[in-house]
Amino acid sequence: MSVQAPEREVRPVRSGRTVRIGPVSASLRWRDVVVPSVAFAALALVSAVSMGRGDFPIGVVDVLRTLVGLGEGPQEFIVLELRAPRVIVGVLVGLAFGVAGALFQTFARNPLASPDTLGITAGASAGAVAAIVLTGGTSTGAILGGLGIPLAALLGALAAGLLLFLLAWRAGIDGYRLVLVGIALWAVGNALIDFLLTRAEIYDASSAYVWITGSLNSRTWDHAVPLAIALAVLLPLSLALNRVLAVMQFGDDTARGLGVRLAGAQTAVVLLAVGLVAFAVSAAGPIAFVSLIVPQIAVRLTGGSRPPLLASGLVGALLVVGADLVTRTVLPEALPVGILTAAIGAPYLLWLLVRGRRQFT
Amino acid sequence: MTTPIELEPRSAATARVRLAAEGVRLAYDERVVVDGLDLQLTEGSFTAIVGPNGCGKSTLLRALGRLLRPTAGQVLLDGQAIAKTPTREVAKVLGLLPQTPVAPEGLTVGDLVARGRHPHQSWLRQWSRDDEAVVAEALAWTDMTELADRPVDALSGGQRQRAWISMALAQGTDLLLLDEPTTYLDLSHQIDVLELVGRLHAERGRTVVVVLHDLNLAARYAHRLVAMKDGALVASGTPDEVLTEQLLADVFDLEARVIPDPVAGTPMVVPVRRLR
Repeated sequence: MSVQAPEREVRPVRSGRTVRIGPVSASLRWRDVVVPSVAFAALALVSAVSMGRGDFPIGVVDVLRTLVGLGEGPQEFIVLELRAPRVIVGVLVGLAFGVAGALFQTFARNPLASPDTLGITAGASAGAVAAIVLTGGTSTGAILGGLGIPLAALLGALAAGLLLFLLAWRAGIDGYRLVLVGIALWAVGNALIDFLLTRAEIYDASSAYVWITGSLNSRTWDHAVPLAIALAVLLPLSLALNRVLAVMQFGDDTARGLGVRLAGAQTAVVLLAVGLVAFAVSAAGPIAFVSLIVPQIAVRLTGGSRPPLLASGLVGALLVVGADLVTRTVLPEALPVGILTAAIGAPYLLWLLVRGRRQFT
Repeated sequence: MTTPIELEPRSAATARVRLAAEGVRLAYDERVVVDGLDLQLTEGSFTAIVGPNGCGKSTLLRALGRLLRPTAGQVLLDGQAIAKTPTREVAKVLGLLPQTPVAPEGLTVGDLVARGRHPHQSWLRQWSRDDEAVVAEALAWTDMTELADRPVDALSGGQRQRAWISMALAQGTDLLLLDEPTTYLDLSHQIDVLELVGRLHAERGRTVVVVLHDLNLAARYAHRLVAMKDGALVASGTPDEVLTEQLLADVFDLEARVIPDPVAGTPMVVPVRRLR
């Protein structure tokens, strides 16, 4: 009954290399290791350079000395209090947007899914703009202590995410339905923003507009710390979903046939992605496009079958911090970072699309 | 909990019932598709479900595979209510191949087949020696070893279906449900796929349930036919018992002659005209 045993396989079965240490085993593709490593190294370098640039230039070596506690006097104050929070918020926001985008796109099996197109950042913006316009964010902003706007944005994002989840849920979530519901929410959020802006004082409208574009200007540890705590919880949970996502990218029936509890897995993916976006947006505004394009850039760099979570996060961080550095140094005028992420990221994605044979995903 | 890693299901002394539907009612929203249906599938059987379009045969298969929860009645897997069995435990015993499954762009055949090991893996143990041996064997058995590093989307329709069957083999389940595995394939590839499924049954002892449109192929490859009409089971038995001129008229509204297949000796349908 048994067919002849096949020759001992010399030829590798999988596209990755097998790694086995004790009870731990995995198949790793080298590009899934190299791309995040390179992105991490580049991120560290750009971050250090960024902390050194400004009205009072500091060399990379001195920045690193200061970061490990060997700095002195004004240098220490400038790096640790003025510049580090801005760069760290940039890193964390980029990580959150990149991972959230990869989660949404794998889940929806649709490269158009992102917090932008799904209306979550629109919800956050509507919350923040409401806080700025209705309380007079520029004049009485001090009363809110910089906490009111992030909090309003967080609530706006969570409300939009909850609506998205409830409206898209129908004995599980269908990717197309999710995107369609998201686009409707995006339209509602933007209508609300426009309504608020037309009724706003000119100063409020102007500061609201900067917020909507997404900016790292005057970020302090008050922005960085809550975001860091949130990511310390949400990022490991997201990465733990990697194995399930690898099966969820098939159709629903195949995934369930392979033993995935689909409803639970879908709920976890959407809640984690919404949470990541909500905290990131509340810290820096909806930095345009990062979540949409970064997973697509990352998947073209790693060459896998779906947006890689870790690489997407690191490429996202690199894009945000790099764009922020450019706005502060190369350009004659300090622009909000959101303008640059779109201006750099979108052409790069187009270039990858033109030269690649991959159609989408 | 030990995980069975061998591909060969244990042989049963007697033909015990592995999968059964008991008075199931199946509905999408308010629309009832199947009502009060009973069906028993025994160890080592090869069953084909046939019937006209919209008769509920795919719906029944989805319920048997735990993809659709009955609104009344229940499905039993080895005597246990399948709805109450954890998904992962079901996935170690019962594999299913949906109609026209979609593989993500860029996924290689080897990685696709490796996904079949998902129910046997854990977060730490993602690619054990057992997994590797089973996947290599499944690829070899389905003649896909040479194509292991090719992207699934670059394969022809017939090769693609072989890859999916290879994945189902790697999953190592005793039971295998296939929903119209020959859809969109030309005749020679239909034969190729059904030969492969037949070998899974004959050589690997798999209990197979397959939804098929082509009656002649169903009669040739399956040992038992189940005919459905309007959500009810109207006939069940050997191909000779089920494929009669009367049944074709009743179930398919088809006037036809049934003659012995000159190659296999199984009943063969020669259509005359549509009735009514």
